[in-house]
Amino acid sequence: MSENARSPFSWAIEVQGLTKSFGYHPALRGIDLQVGRGERLVIFGPNGAGKTTLVKILSMLVRPSSGNVWLDGVNIRDKPAQVRRKIGLVGHQTFLYDNLTVYENLKFYSQMYGIANLEQRIQEVMSWMQLVDRRHDRVGTLSHGLQQRASLARAALHRPSIMLLDEPEAGLDPQASTVINDVMGNAGGDGLTVVMVTHNLERGLELGDSIVILNKGKVAYRASRHDIDTTLFRQVYNQCTETG
Amino acid sequence: MSTFARIITIFWKDILTELRAREVVTSVLVFSLLVVVIFSFAFSTRIDTAELVAPGILWAALTFGGVLGFNHTFAVEKENSRLEGLMLCPVDRAVIYWGKLAGSFTFTMVVAIIITPIFLALFNLPLFLPRLLLVIGLASLGFAAVGTLFSAVAINTRARDIMLPVLFLPVVVPVVVAAVRATAVVLADKSWSDMLTWLQIMIAFDIVYLVVSTLVFDFVVEE
Repeated sequence: MSENARSPFSWAIEVQGLTKSFGYHPALRGIDLQVGRGERLVIFGPNGAGKTTLVKILSMLVRPSSGNVWLDGVNIRDKPAQVRRKIGLVGHQTFLYDNLTVYENLKFYSQMYGIANLEQRIQEVMSWMQLVDRRHDRVGTLSHGLQQRASLARAALHRPSIMLLDEPEAGLDPQASTVINDVMGNAGGDGLTVVMVTHNLERGLELGDSIVILNKGKVAYRASRHDIDTTLFRQVYNQCTETG
Repeated sequence: MSTFARIITIFWKDILTELRAREVVTSVLVFSLLVVVIFSFAFSTRIDTAELVAPGILWAALTFGGVLGFNHTFAVEKENSRLEGLMLCPVDRAVIYWGKLAGSFTFTMVVAIIITPIFLALFNLPLFLPRLLLVIGLASLGFAAVGTLFSAVAINTRARDIMLPVLFLPVVVPVVVAAVRATAVVLADKSWSDMLTWLQIMIAFDIVYLVVSTLVFDFVVEE
């Protein structure tokens, strides 16, 4: 099979020999990874392990130094606009404009994504994220938890097939975190593939189908959730991240 | 949704945020007004001398005021990583550039349209000069084309506020010179043919700035 095309039955995410350096500092040192359609992959790792760099490459915000990435069988170098439609990203920041209301922000992104029936879709995602009552509030006036919900609504607007969540629960109260459960819970059933980066081992184990530990830019551990003894996992994590 | 519609979407977003925040136009307006007022007191305002110094004063005010405004063009996108949000959208990077350019051009024109009559009044010059609007429009387009690009460059540098004028001013010198000379022709009420060369220079540089900026913007915003 050629490097550029993958069969339609291939992985949702396939990463081969991925490296990324910032100047002389290598952030990723040869990542190989496959994520099945509808799979919920949770990535753990200490600070500087390369988690955010990996997510940024998957979301096409950063170009890899070498290696290949296929999303839904399409090489991200070949059809960037087509691939971007498949991706929803919730990062450390919300990407929202403080001086615009929740509704105006969602409308702006709907128009940028060219979403049909955008009023209906905005209503749907606002209902899902319980933001209908706050639709006319400026984002800058919302609490961090509500802003993060609005960010999730933004990421879900265009019905992405791959959702990338980079520490989405940072600073969220437990009530707001239920929205993440919802996103992760809905994955699989409607074909949504989710990659979530978190430092919270318990939450990650609770939400993921499979687990990856990144350390020093490499995959140090990969296992299915069912094969993991949760009582021993912290020990495994410490071993992987201490020895590198 | 067409490419043009997406450019308008970004443009309208910038207009709406500016209407609410009033950060760019207000600060640039106050700065440009101060420059004009200070120079009007510093120089004699007799009509014969005014025609000599006025073009330079007007374009000094608009150029340095422009730098202040362009500093803000992409700074607002850097906050909260909004530029990443834009870059996630399935659109060509040039769409982002043109959307931001439309906003920068509008803000520059708004400031120029408010400042110019005040400037003309302070220097006892005729207020109705439609040809001056053409000069302002062409120069503002060149400023906005370069300012928008360098604003995107400068946001990723540590000394953003210093970096932008260092990059911007040398590149827009041809347009500033042509604008000053064309303005002098308008204030002296000379014929169209006397300002034609300067208008052609501005049009030529505007085209070069727009084409080059559109082509390189992709490389500027990637990482």
